[in-house]
Amino acid sequence: MKVFEILLLLSLIVCAVSVAVVRDLLTSIIIFMSYSLIMCVIWVLLQSPDLAITEAAVGAGVTSILFFVTLKKIRAIRKEEQDEQD
Amino acid sequence: MSRIRKDYETSFFRKFKRWMDGETDLLDGVMDLSGQEGTEEPVPGAEGTLWKEDEAGAEEVLREKRAETEKERKSLALFERIYRIMAVILCLAIIWVFLWTTVHLPPFGGADNPANNEVPARYIESGVRETGAINFVTGMILDYRAFDTFGESCVLFVASCCVMFLLRMDKGSSRLLREHPDLLEDDRLFEPKDDVILQRAAAFLLPLILIFGIYIVLNGHLSPGGGFSGGAVLGSGLILYLEAFGFRRTRRFFTEKTYRRITLSALTFYCLAKSYSFYTGANHLESGIPLGTPGAILSSGLILPLNICVGLVVMCTMYAFYTLFRRGGM
Repeated sequence: MKVFEILLLLSLIVCAVSVAVVRDLLTSIIIFMSYSLIMCVIWVLLQSPDLAITEAAVGAGVTSILFFVTLKKIRAIRKEEQDEQD
Repeated sequence: MSRIRKDYETSFFRKFKRWMDGETDLLDGVMDLSGQEGTEEPVPGAEGTLWKEDEAGAEEVLREKRAETEKERKSLALFERIYRIMAVILCLAIIWVFLWTTVHLPPFGGADNPANNEVPARYIESGVRETGAINFVTGMILDYRAFDTFGESCVLFVASCCVMFLLRMDKGSSRLLREHPDLLEDDRLFEPKDDVILQRAAAFLLPLILIFGIYIVLNGHLSPGGGFSGGAVLGSGLILYLEAFGFRRTRRFFTEKTYRRITLSALTFYCLAKSYSFYTGANHLESGIPLGTPGAILSSGLILPLNICVGLVVMCTMYAFYTLFRRGGM
């Protein structure tokens, strides 16, 4: 269990750094989402399931969806769709 | 010799030093700059021997762009340099402060931690008896500290009001749409295109998500969860439904009028049920409703209706956020 916790914490740090460093905005949002999911598992391990549910629903769900919509609005995703079609 | 020089040019330290001197941006060519045109600076070539020419070219471009005297440019470069050095120092200082604090935190779950005073002792010893809630996190949030939770729900309501002020498209903006029809066209471009996979998956997942959300809200006083998390799950379910089936379907049961009625009645009920504690000095355990047997679904007095209220407010807020971000209305 200790090893699992350390693994989770390490991947938390990796996620936090790569959100800032990564090139693509869409990728960084998805990494942000996975950060929230890892955090959710850590909340369960810290015996606070209330927070875990909220983290999963708000952090990984609603916040990321709002980020996606904003990216669409400022046309950061649309360009890539065109690239894929080309 | 030239190979060593080349290695040095492409090394991280060299890049860091160039960034420090204000010659280049560390993240140049790394960050996504597609949205900002005209900010592209000449990127130094990967060929190490060319860097001096590149630097000269960059200086020329800078001179043409800013049309400033040599002296001003020099002072600007000095300022940039000091600015960057200060930024690095500030970052390191903040990191040091955080690490220092973390090292000195009391151990997790220790018996002598400062958080273990008479307040949690009271909650743990007599929480179930006084509030009737088995999950005494909810008992704490919605009974001992219900007034705080009322403030939080109001914060959500005010936040959705602010988003509405900023992003709403109503009759006044129809003139704007007539003048710029491409705005509407854009939105239609982003509308869901009757995606079969998404619709099938949503038809399978939606009942599960909605029932799980309702379960979390209704069982808030018995198991982990409560109004806020359950409301967020319900809101995500609604968003999924909207994304799969479009505004035409959701508008049959959820319009702006529905949003207004649900939110206002939930907040008003919460306010009427709990605001008397404002006058009794935040001491509000007696609600007059029998607490029932702890563990039954109809127990713990006011906690269940308050949970439902908070859940409804959170659900409406999440859904309103999404629709307002999407197209400025429900």
